[in-house]
Amino acid sequence: MLEIKNLHVVAGDTKILNGIDLKVNAGEVHSIMGPNGSGKSTLAQVLAGNEAFEVTEGEVLYEGESLLELEPEERARAGVFMAFQYPVEIPGVSNTYFLRAALNAIRKERGEEEVDAMNFLKLVREKMKLLKMDESLMGRPVNEGFSGGEKKRNEIFQMAVLEPKLAILDETDSGLDIDALKIVADGVNSLRDPGRAFIVVTHYQRLLNYIEPDFVHVLYKGRIVKSGDKNLALELEERGYAWIEAEEESTQPVG
Amino acid sequence: MIEALKEQHKSYISSFSALQSVVEGQEPGWLTRLRKAAMLRFQEKGFPTTKDEEWKYTDISPIKKSEFDLAPSADSPLSRDEIDAIPFANLKSTRLVFWNTHFQPELSDTSALPGQVRVTDLKDLLVSDPDFLETHLNRYVRWEDQVLNCLNIAFLQDGAVIHVPRGVAVEEPIHLLFLTGAEDIPLMAHPRVLIVAEENSQITVAESHIGISGRYWSNGVTEIVAAENAVVDHYKLQRENDDGYHTATVQAYQDRASSVTTHTVSLTGAIIRNETNAALDGEGCWSELNGLFLVSQDHHVDNFTQLDHLKPNCSSREHYKGILDDNSQGVFRGRIIVARGAQKTDSKQTNNNLLLSDDAIINTKPQLEIYADDVKCTHGATIGQIDRDAIFYLRSRGIDKKAACSILIYAFASEMVRRIKLEELARQLDNYLFEWLPRGEIIRDSV
Repeated sequence: MLEIKNLHVVAGDTKILNGIDLKVNAGEVHSIMGPNGSGKSTLAQVLAGNEAFEVTEGEVLYEGESLLELEPEERARAGVFMAFQYPVEIPGVSNTYFLRAALNAIRKERGEEEVDAMNFLKLVREKMKLLKMDESLMGRPVNEGFSGGEKKRNEIFQMAVLEPKLAILDETDSGLDIDALKIVADGVNSLRDPGRAFIVVTHYQRLLNYIEPDFVHVLYKGRIVKSGDKNLALELEERGYAWIEAEEESTQPVG
Repeated sequence: MIEALKEQHKSYISSFSALQSVVEGQEPGWLTRLRKAAMLRFQEKGFPTTKDEEWKYTDISPIKKSEFDLAPSADSPLSRDEIDAIPFANLKSTRLVFWNTHFQPELSDTSALPGQVRVTDLKDLLVSDPDFLETHLNRYVRWEDQVLNCLNIAFLQDGAVIHVPRGVAVEEPIHLLFLTGAEDIPLMAHPRVLIVAEENSQITVAESHIGISGRYWSNGVTEIVAAENAVVDHYKLQRENDDGYHTATVQAYQDRASSVTTHTVSLTGAIIRNETNAALDGEGCWSELNGLFLVSQDHHVDNFTQLDHLKPNCSSREHYKGILDDNSQGVFRGRIIVARGAQKTDSKQTNNNLLLSDDAIINTKPQLEIYADDVKCTHGATIGQIDRDAIFYLRSRGIDKKAACSILIYAFASEMVRRIKLEELARQLDNYLFEWLPRGEIIRDSV
């Protein structure tokens, strides 16, 4: 479904991604781990289309077509969804209105009928139960006054409603206590599907106890330096990132 | 200097002479004397310039130079149906229609009002109850130093008077529709509104100022007198022509425990200058000044406000929001004066501005003069662009860029729309925003 080839990304003058190669097939869950500053979030943001980052080399194919040529909204309508690490608050725009507008934009693209206000609420109710979200949150402005945990749950809730093909979770576990984590993980797991792929960006292994990955990749200084299965994550948990860093530094050419 | 002023004023002086010859002897002596005094002040001071502190950011030399003729009394060229089709001209309530500030009785209807309320045109009241006017007219607004207010009284011809007696709460809102239009000759009109709400009364008044044609100058004065415990909700909506100039003063005078809320919504006009003032001259008053200004093209909107806390235990709130696009200009000046004895004053002023283009300019200046020592006065102003993170967030969910920007701009403006209690006005303002914003049809569902 997704093929990243030799991706180089900069932000201003700073090089962040230095040649990423990754292949993700439908039905798979890939985890991207790495120390701070490795470029994990940048990868997620670039796939979502954040214009703050510039691609200097390489390509990304989504379902065989170039993803990088698409605007963020086009990517969303094509089935790409990113759960933000820091979801922004949008005063004055209600959750209900915003999500329904998004859903209808995506449905229109898929040639499906748009949903009216009443049917939208019906549709949304079961997903709210799943993520243990209070119905009253729907009427409130997007993320306004939400706790960290509520914001993250709102991201997964949106994902459940929009039903993407490629779901990217950008450090969804950061700032969550164990209970919130379980709710979020349950939500993600309930969305697992042979037609859907997940890229889970995370710093800590903990989330992966609940969302078991098929593949684990370690990012270091903008490159994937190690890939493995879920056991790699366990190894990182035990040994920390220093081990990876040491390995990489020792194989660098001198000078 | 006097000669230069004289030259500038020639057309205004000759317009005044012409008017004088018509009204003198036909009106009470006090009014004739007032006109003369006002005109004299104008001749002494001349039009304000950008060298005047209060006019620093607003250059009205185009008005000075234009030599407007005083709009004669005439029938509205528009029929009732044509008028009803104009946005903000029909608020589905009791309405008085004015064409170039001259009352149009055929198009007006006050039958839905309770009998005790007096709603009439000024010209009529000048004949039927001149004492009432002598008591109240021009008693509350600053005029000796305000040249434009001098011109308004000097050129007084007609306007609206609303008088609510003690204890009467009027549910039906009163809509004053001021339509202005000129053809080949640029015209000026000086609308006058007097609202007197006696003790324990309640009233809602909305003024719509709409430009129909040509090049003109509308220079209005509204006085709102709220007696003890009276409640007044006042709205002023400005939708003037690209060639229309609108200057206006709204002066509220409040007695003990009264509540006055005024909303100023400025949508279009070459130059709009609003002076909105409230004098809190009794304990326990509530005064709220709200403003929303949408400025585009090369238009200019200046909102100058002054809150005078004269007595203790009063509260005031000011919320002004500006949205500026193209190469437009906006000005906000919020002056709050707390007198020495006005202890326990609770005052809050905010001005938030959204700039949609690189060339739009906003000048915002709070001005607090506090002479009491036990008060709570806060003020804040922001100037910003649409939140980029918010745009990306919306786009990442499938909402296209234009729609995302419009959603956020609408969200910004809607706080002020929600403050409007007159539902029909809020509804029409929402509609206006949906049409003004690109992809506005997407936002329509949200309300």
